[in-house]
Amino acid sequence: MPIEFEAPKPIVQTQFVLKTVAEEMMRSRSRYFDEHEHEIPWDYIEFMHTAMKAIGVGSLAPKEKASGGEGGNGKRPPIAYQVLASQIEMLSWGDVGMYLVTPGGGLGAAAVQAAGTPEQKAKFLARFVGEKPTIAAMCMTEAGAGSDTASIRTRAVLDENTREWILNGEKIFVTSGDKSITEYEKLGKGFVVVWASIDPSAGRAGMRAFVVEAGTPGVKVAKLEHKLGIRVSDTASISLVDARVPYDHILGSPTVEKTTTGFKGAMATFDATRPLVAASGLGVARAALEFLKEKLAENGVQIRYGLPRQKLTSIERDVIEMDIMLKSAWLMVVKAVWMADNKKPNALESSMSKVKAGDGGTKITQKVVEILGPLGYSREFLAEKWFRDSKITDIYEGTGQINRLVVARQILGYSGKELR
Amino acid sequence: MYSFDPTEEQQMLVEAVGKYAVNDLRTAAREAEETRELPKKLVSKGWEIGLLQASVPEAYGGFGERNAVTGVLAVEEMAFGDLAGALAVMTPSLFATPILLAGSEEQKQTYLPRVIEGEWSPYTAALIEYTFDFDPNALKTTAALHGEEYILNGEKAFVPFAKDAGSILVYANLDGGTQGFIVEKEAAGLTISEEREKLMGLNALPLYRVRLENVKIPAVNRLGGAAGHDFAPILASMQLANAATAVGVANAAFEYSRDYAKEREAFGVKIAQKQAIAFMLAEMRTEIEASRLLTWEAAWKLDTGKEDAWTEAYLACTGAADMVMMVTDRAVQILGGHGYIREHPVEMWMREGRGFAMFTGLAIV
Repeated sequence: MPIEFEAPKPIVQTQFVLKTVAEEMMRSRSRYFDEHEHEIPWDYIEFMHTAMKAIGVGSLAPKEKASGGEGGNGKRPPIAYQVLASQIEMLSWGDVGMYLVTPGGGLGAAAVQAAGTPEQKAKFLARFVGEKPTIAAMCMTEAGAGSDTASIRTRAVLDENTREWILNGEKIFVTSGDKSITEYEKLGKGFVVVWASIDPSAGRAGMRAFVVEAGTPGVKVAKLEHKLGIRVSDTASISLVDARVPYDHILGSPTVEKTTTGFKGAMATFDATRPLVAASGLGVARAALEFLKEKLAENGVQIRYGLPRQKLTSIERDVIEMDIMLKSAWLMVVKAVWMADNKKPNALESSMSKVKAGDGGTKITQKVVEILGPLGYSREFLAEKWFRDSKITDIYEGTGQINRLVVARQILGYSGKELR
Repeated sequence: MYSFDPTEEQQMLVEAVGKYAVNDLRTAAREAEETRELPKKLVSKGWEIGLLQASVPEAYGGFGERNAVTGVLAVEEMAFGDLAGALAVMTPSLFATPILLAGSEEQKQTYLPRVIEGEWSPYTAALIEYTFDFDPNALKTTAALHGEEYILNGEKAFVPFAKDAGSILVYANLDGGTQGFIVEKEAAGLTISEEREKLMGLNALPLYRVRLENVKIPAVNRLGGAAGHDFAPILASMQLANAATAVGVANAAFEYSRDYAKEREAFGVKIAQKQAIAFMLAEMRTEIEASRLLTWEAAWKLDTGKEDAWTEAYLACTGAADMVMMVTDRAVQILGGHGYIREHPVEMWMREGRGFAMFTGLAIV
């Protein structure tokens, strides 16, 4: 197919529906949940679950069958990640914190999807189309290991007698960790995917992911964080004390070879999810930029597109610069997910989209608050909230700096050793 | 559907252009810049690739259809070799493409075969004016209808190959809007400067000042005939070309400084192994990608007649001008003292880099 930028029909259709959801279910509650941290937006969760069940999807996670390509009718090119990126952008335009609370597998299911066997996928992913809304999460970060995931200290030891893995360690910054492992009446049984070492002497080669079910003895929420933004989304510390996990809950090979396939599995997950996080950040940025344009129009300020820059006002230049940032960052996201859909290696494009969206998102929301002055700074409007919310995009799923490192290694052809 | 794969024909064309850009334009670039002279053979060879010819239908002597996406792919690659050389090769497009886009049937029949059949010859166009607040939509050069003639007055700057050009497409302000007029060399009142323009960059490209004093041209020479034409698609096509050439120059500077950083050692390692340098390169590559995709999308919108195509081309052009300045400046910075020396091309690209904020009108896709 030649170069083309027409959004596929399924995207256009869902965008229409999701915009209504974003306005009715999210924007209207944005301020309340920002000011009532750790309250759970049950009506949003239940609404989304019912809605997704009605259209036959259990979560926002990509499903190969639904998207054509392999297993589909084989005629249309696969677009699952493209659809997902557009959905996430629109929901984040509504409220990024609430989007993170959308029932479904989230990053936990994404890890199973990326690194699980067909049996594991069947076993762990079925629950997301069940009766109750169900949530899963990814546990990667530790107090001493943020972006430096190779220094993870959580250990997994095989009990040869029971053929169970015994996990010990403490994970922090787990998005939706509470809703994944705490057994709420209104939620189905979730899980977390825990990254742990099966052989610390092997470094990255010893790193594996384990599916840990809600209700596993020894697993509990140790702390809920109080944050700058995305307050409606819980960020949990999860402690694992002699937590026993069935043998077949390991994602990837249970033996350590001299390779780093296990670790690369985690990184492959990031290749798929980074542009999605970028999409989320751009949703917030678009919300802010649109709000600014509305306010400017209300006050009779026109943006004269097409004028040479020497003739533009400072505000016009700022707005045009933000338009360029937002549009081009979005296209980078689209390209990265299009590559993911078409099974093209996209480590470079994926990280570049995250760098651009992280930069662009924070710059745009910061600028919008600045230009709006007191209106921007006041909690009467949402601009200040979007400013606080958007900062996380440049941090989670790899900080802007980590993604620069990934991009640099790709363009220079360097290994992690050659460019630290 | 979204897709980022060029067609096979586009790939073949880009490959052919790429070969010429690297093997011919790049190798000749420094000497051409210093001597202010582009070898004729060099330009002819680029012309023979047939970028313009492939965008003109058979009825007018060409062998294809004009496509802005193909255009931006090709001109990026051409500019990757050398900007001045690329602009020289593509100068006849400045005259032919607007006629193709907006000319009357008669104008197409008359001029297109003349331009594209045979050797490269200096047909050109004059858009830019010598004023700090130059605005292609509010020109100071004027046109006024008097009976069967238009009378043109004003001064144009940076007109490529004006000295040798047989016909120049001059843009002027007619009743507040921009319109093109085909001015023949012999027209009374048309003066072309003896001296070439002396600029910070583009020294290899012969650019001239063109004065029009009560130049009378027949009414049929108004682009599009008596009814005239819409300027927006022409301007958008120029902005796209400007954006695409900016991406090409930026990519040249990026690749050169990246390769240098992988060779150059300091403190026992390659400087590319230092995050300070590696991160600069990562950001350069990211911004190039951002500009390139925005340019592609704008070109696609132009091809498919989307109503926001003009705005998008403007945004792509504006963004690319910032991007190329950032990238070329950093390329010089990465080479350090060596970057400042004219033995390396990065200082030339940096001088060109600043120019993209005012180069709209020097190329068209």
